[in-house]
Amino acid sequence: MTNVLVVDDLDVTFALHQAEVKAVSDLSFSLAAGETMAVVGESGSGKSQAFLAIMGLLARNGRAAGRAMLGEVDLIGMPGDRLDAYRGKDIAMIFQDPMTSLNPSLKVRTQLAEVLVRHQGFAPDKAGRAVIEMLERVGIPEPVKRASAYPHELSGGMRQRVMIAMALLCRPKILIADEPTTALDVTVQAQMLELFKTLTDEFGTALVLITHDLGVVAGVADRMMVMYGGRCVETGTVDELFYDPRHPYTLGLLHSTPHVAKRAQRLDPIQGLPPSLERLPSGCAFHPRCAFRFETCFAERPQLLPVDGGARGRACWYQGSLKHEEVA
Amino acid sequence: MLEHNDDLLRIENLSKFFSVSSGLFTRPFQLKALQDISFTVKRGETLGIVGESGCGKSTLGRCILQLLSPDEGRVLWLGEDIARLPEEQMRLRRRDLQIIFQDPLASLNPRMTVGEIIADPLRTLMPEVDAKGRRERVIKAMEAVGLLPEMINRYPHEFSGGQAQRIGIARALITEPKLIVCDEPVSALDVSVQAQIVNLLSDLKQQFGLTLVFISHNLSVVRHVSDRILVLYLGRVVELASGDDLYADPRHPYTRALLTAVPIPDPRRARQRTIDGLVGEIPSPINPPSGCTFRTRCRHAVALCADKRPPLETVDGGRLVACHRWRELAVTAAQ
Amino acid sequence: MAGLTGKDAVLSAYAEALANAPKGRSLTQDALRRLVNNKAALVSIFILVAIVLFALVGPYLLPWSFDKIDWAGIRKPPDWEKGHYFGTDQNGRDMLARTLQGTQMSLIVAAVATAVSVVIGVVYGAIAGYFGGRVDALMMRFVDIMYALPYILFVIILVVIFGRSPVLLFVGIGFLEWLTMARIVRGQTLTLKQREFIEAAKAGGAGPFTIIFRHILPNLTGPVVIYATLTIPEIIVTESFLSYLGLGVQEPQTSLGTLISFGAPVAEALPWMLYTPAFILVLMLVCLSYVGDGLRDALDPKDR
Repeated sequence: MTNVLVVDDLDVTFALHQAEVKAVSDLSFSLAAGETMAVVGESGSGKSQAFLAIMGLLARNGRAAGRAMLGEVDLIGMPGDRLDAYRGKDIAMIFQDPMTSLNPSLKVRTQLAEVLVRHQGFAPDKAGRAVIEMLERVGIPEPVKRASAYPHELSGGMRQRVMIAMALLCRPKILIADEPTTALDVTVQAQMLELFKTLTDEFGTALVLITHDLGVVAGVADRMMVMYGGRCVETGTVDELFYDPRHPYTLGLLHSTPHVAKRAQRLDPIQGLPPSLERLPSGCAFHPRCAFRFETCFAERPQLLPVDGGARGRACWYQGSLKHEEVA
Repeated sequence: MLEHNDDLLRIENLSKFFSVSSGLFTRPFQLKALQDISFTVKRGETLGIVGESGCGKSTLGRCILQLLSPDEGRVLWLGEDIARLPEEQMRLRRRDLQIIFQDPLASLNPRMTVGEIIADPLRTLMPEVDAKGRRERVIKAMEAVGLLPEMINRYPHEFSGGQAQRIGIARALITEPKLIVCDEPVSALDVSVQAQIVNLLSDLKQQFGLTLVFISHNLSVVRHVSDRILVLYLGRVVELASGDDLYADPRHPYTRALLTAVPIPDPRRARQRTIDGLVGEIPSPINPPSGCTFRTRCRHAVALCADKRPPLETVDGGRLVACHRWRELAVTAAQ
Repeated sequence: MAGLTGKDAVLSAYAEALANAPKGRSLTQDALRRLVNNKAALVSIFILVAIVLFALVGPYLLPWSFDKIDWAGIRKPPDWEKGHYFGTDQNGRDMLARTLQGTQMSLIVAAVATAVSVVIGVVYGAIAGYFGGRVDALMMRFVDIMYALPYILFVIILVVIFGRSPVLLFVGIGFLEWLTMARIVRGQTLTLKQREFIEAAKAGGAGPFTIIFRHILPNLTGPVVIYATLTIPEIIVTESFLSYLGLGVQEPQTSLGTLISFGAPVAEALPWMLYTPAFILVLMLVCLSYVGDGLRDALDPKDR
């Protein structure tokens, strides 16, 4: 499979009053055509900022360095007007709150048709028809009626579907979804995740699913990347990471997530709190919360290295088995 | 009458309406947030209340505490109806009934120090405790929830979400209540911190002999903490059963749909299972469907469901379910 | 089952010791720090303090008092030898002394009227916003009616009934200015009372007035302080305007507005009569607006 996005050494820094804060450090990964990759992390892990940087949507005090190759072009450092040729067309992004990306004073049809007119040079009436067709494909009942509605007249789930329709209009190679289901009810979330599965198959779009919910990841993603303190700490296929986690943080996340089918007596949470990016711990950023730490972890930062010579990687000094330690 | 004594709280036919006015000259219409809710909370148990947005679960929590007064029905606290008590008399009972909120930072007054926030209920509810006694209690409460007492003079904005939630819990504990309503206490927290707070709540329950009403939209969390679970849909009880029964053998089609919709953090099982995909979204509570309110999204709905509202039936010794067709459906589910 | 009530000597000693536990940064301290970092606001505060001090102390240091007539120096330009540093007016009174007295008067009017408007507006607005419903509707309709009354008419009626007294002027202006404050506070209260900490206070048994005074008012500091700094210049200008119309303070007392109104017609022949009070007034207004901006940034850092 070909890679549609290759990110190399991505750094994101924010200038605050006194200091510079590094939100993302040395992030490298590649995204294959049509695959679904989940990016998992807690608040402050840098998971959203990394992809906002790739989209050129960082806040004004943010700066990105490194490379993000979309085919032959590097998106990092590209001026906004040139980025517009790719944003929405080859790479699209949807957010947790659809209302932030929909103009409340324009009808759904008008907003969506505009995308086609601008990027694909559609004639307005043809664009209108394409919009209705797309609304139908993302599972909106009565698409003609809904197309003439204003965003606030739609329910949360409908709005998110409209956002997905808008993102898919130009058949992008990559769709980035930042916590797309967090604000939705479980039954609607389930519908939405089903929709992601069918759409990525149908359109061959590579999906990046940014989330904190491991339950969402398990059902949808092929691969996942776990981030902590602005760095990728473990990456691999979903099955590898769920059934055989090699980083203590991944293990801790799994143990922290309650399972609806099991009633354990106690959850086994990670101790302590996620670190503040302004005061990242020395060495491995996870060491203050890690049950497996030893001297090296305080002093030196582990690199993301391949595990078992395969495609998975992890950044941890501890060489023993996590499972074994847990039993003992 | 032993059984009766076990009931710490009994809710009888409780209803709560809100009037919504859309404009100056239009007649306000009623939003029926809760209708005909009845259940009991037994001493020492954790009752989970689940439902999706708009089902009235938070309103129910506030009606229990009389932060909202119900329009109909009774709220029996230790056998006494507190729904109609004047506020001065209600105040005497408030030390037994406390609440923990969803948004930890929004629930703390940003102008007060942690010590002042935690001690605040003592000022009105236990005026007999002097300043020194208050401080000592605050220290004990802070230690109980895992906060360093050295932080007593700090302000809420200096804390992260998880710590702020601990402050909120300490405030709820300070009067040594018998019952705490937890309204989505972990929804706003990071995953790893969620688990800490869930564990903390169960420890405190043991330590202080608490009874908990745990309101959440997250079925996995509710499943984890609750002895019995109440499922709400559009302001009505659709099912009430022990946690194990409910998860093993849901009787109401809505409960079943909810359970299959919960994401499972287990890739193989997640891929295998079929989601009982509910169509559409929750109807507006302003204009709920006739008969069974769930029928518009139910695959098993028949003509009867539109005509007649299903009564809440007691089945299998203590379980409650409100569905016309639960018997037939149970048979098909078993096959 | 361990409760919270158990007492022991170790705990008591610990509680004592914790009285000195590290103090956190309160929101007010945070805001002050941001204000101090704002150069323009800081300079403006220094200038304002200097003007206030000079207005209060200055008159004692000058050779002429504001109502003393120098028969030898009527309508004279600045004269350093005689001690008329900014000249004299048509009646031979020292302009600098009169300007200082006028500044004093304007400042007192502004301070008293602002205080009156803040107290009435905040309490009124908080009560209307907190209780809501019918109480709110009635109270705010009254505010609307007050808005509709032309205030000039109101002041003229007051002056006719009670005569021209500066005290009346302060109170009169204060009674007019609280309306906007009440609206702002009511709006803020409406949003504040939705916050969960208000519910928490109710669950803690707090009555409505405890909630208003302990939980709502302290959280209104930001908007109230900001709006008050905007009210001060407004009142100074209103006072000047009323004095210009002859409804303000009475001779030989004066205010900045009165001085300007006397200076304006003769500005070509006796420019010093206009420039001195006008310069002080403009300087004060500019500084106040910088302070107001600075406070807004300091108290509401999210907006930046």
